[in-house]
Amino acid sequence: MKYVDEFRDPEKAKVLIAKINALYEQIPQIAIRPLQLMEFCGGHTHTIFRYGIEPMLPDWIELIHGPGCPVCVLPMGRVDDCVALAERPDVIFTTFGDAMRVPGSKKSLLQAKAEGADIRMVYSPLDSLELARKNPDRQVIFFALGFETTMPSTALTVLQAKNEGLDNFSLFCNHITTVPTIKAILDSPDMKIDGFLAPGHVSMVVGEQPFHFVSDAYDKPIVITGFEPLDILQSIWMVLKQIAENRCEVENQYARIVPPAGNEPGLKAIEKVFEIREFFEWRGLGSIDHSGVKMRNEFARFDAEQKFSIPNLKIADPKSCQCGEVLKGVIRPWECKVFGGSCTPETPMGALMVSTEGACAAYYNFGNLPELLSKRDQQNKENTA
Amino acid sequence: MCLGIPGQIVKIIDSKQLLATVDVAGVKRPVNIACIVDDTHPAESCVGDWVLVHVGFAMSRIDEEEAQKTLELLSELGEVQQEIEAMKESQTLLDS
Repeated sequence: MKYVDEFRDPEKAKVLIAKINALYEQIPQIAIRPLQLMEFCGGHTHTIFRYGIEPMLPDWIELIHGPGCPVCVLPMGRVDDCVALAERPDVIFTTFGDAMRVPGSKKSLLQAKAEGADIRMVYSPLDSLELARKNPDRQVIFFALGFETTMPSTALTVLQAKNEGLDNFSLFCNHITTVPTIKAILDSPDMKIDGFLAPGHVSMVVGEQPFHFVSDAYDKPIVITGFEPLDILQSIWMVLKQIAENRCEVENQYARIVPPAGNEPGLKAIEKVFEIREFFEWRGLGSIDHSGVKMRNEFARFDAEQKFSIPNLKIADPKSCQCGEVLKGVIRPWECKVFGGSCTPETPMGALMVSTEGACAAYYNFGNLPELLSKRDQQNKENTA
Repeated sequence: MCLGIPGQIVKIIDSKQLLATVDVAGVKRPVNIACIVDDTHPAESCVGDWVLVHVGFAMSRIDEEEAQKTLELLSELGEVQQEIEAMKESQTLLDS
């Protein structure tokens, strides 16, 4: 319990860990293999590592760090599209800062900026809109990225642009959706996950209902979870309790922020502006049906994809990268061949090393690196022996 | 991006466009409040409310105690500093 004293309320953390340990006897399947619980959201992954939650848990619980980090799952082809848009002389390309370092097949946005492309980091799509107002002779593109949490913000920004008739503003829409992705993970043949922590702020927008298929059709417990370390411990206990009592339900641990029906104005704005894509390409996971949104036809003049030509090429992930297997929980980040060697946070090869919310960067920054690497080498030796 | 940051609404800038000034850890910036207003909470009544702000949009109303707890947590995670940095940088960009 190296970190527990860092909790604002270490006593509560100790009680929760004791409650988790107490469930051991009631879950017979632990005798066969450890339980795998997936936290879907990159924000949760970050908290888990920052507070050292994994080492606090008994060894019969394995946390699998899901694909819920939008920057991490952005495929190289889309980064190339961003670079192509940004290098147009008439364009001011705006983006959240964390997308700057994601590697494309030739360069990242950061490199393109260094080479002279007009790329600006903004805090909010509203700031892009303001840039468009101030630069009527330039085309301002906002790189729309993220799950349902950020969709209301870009949808409302587009509606505002339309109201003002700001034709020099457009979105390069790369929003992705949570539910089809969880479904793809559940359908994956090597999947062994026993329960889920659902993303708190996605749920704040979409509500509880979209997650019912996890418990109803796939018989897996799922708990909507907040971002405090104590939230995460409590949700882990809630998932285990469902398993122990042979229940499968959607439970809401984060009810202080997540209303059961989600955010109505936000959902309305999303519905107005976006429609489901047939499929969307993910780094590491490949193509997932219905896992992204695009802009509806009536907003074509605010859609960078329709307004400008983009290369739209499918670029394969580097062969040595095993991001996909990590994302599905088949291998752990440090088991990847290039982890900590040719792939580090300074020179990321795979997207999971790019963002602080990516599982590989988290292990790299907060894990015991020499220990992990020697464990990997040991495993490799055993496998080849 | 996905964690958001608590702030307090200090002024309504435009009740039609649903824009308000929000104080986030001492930095004031315009925030869209479309997602937290309805018939029972018209824009004018929102001054003083604590909200969770995601990329310039108030997404949820929270109580003050929760806001303080979340700010402490985000500060420990280094997220507050990062968000404030991003806000300031964005502001400089618009002022230039």
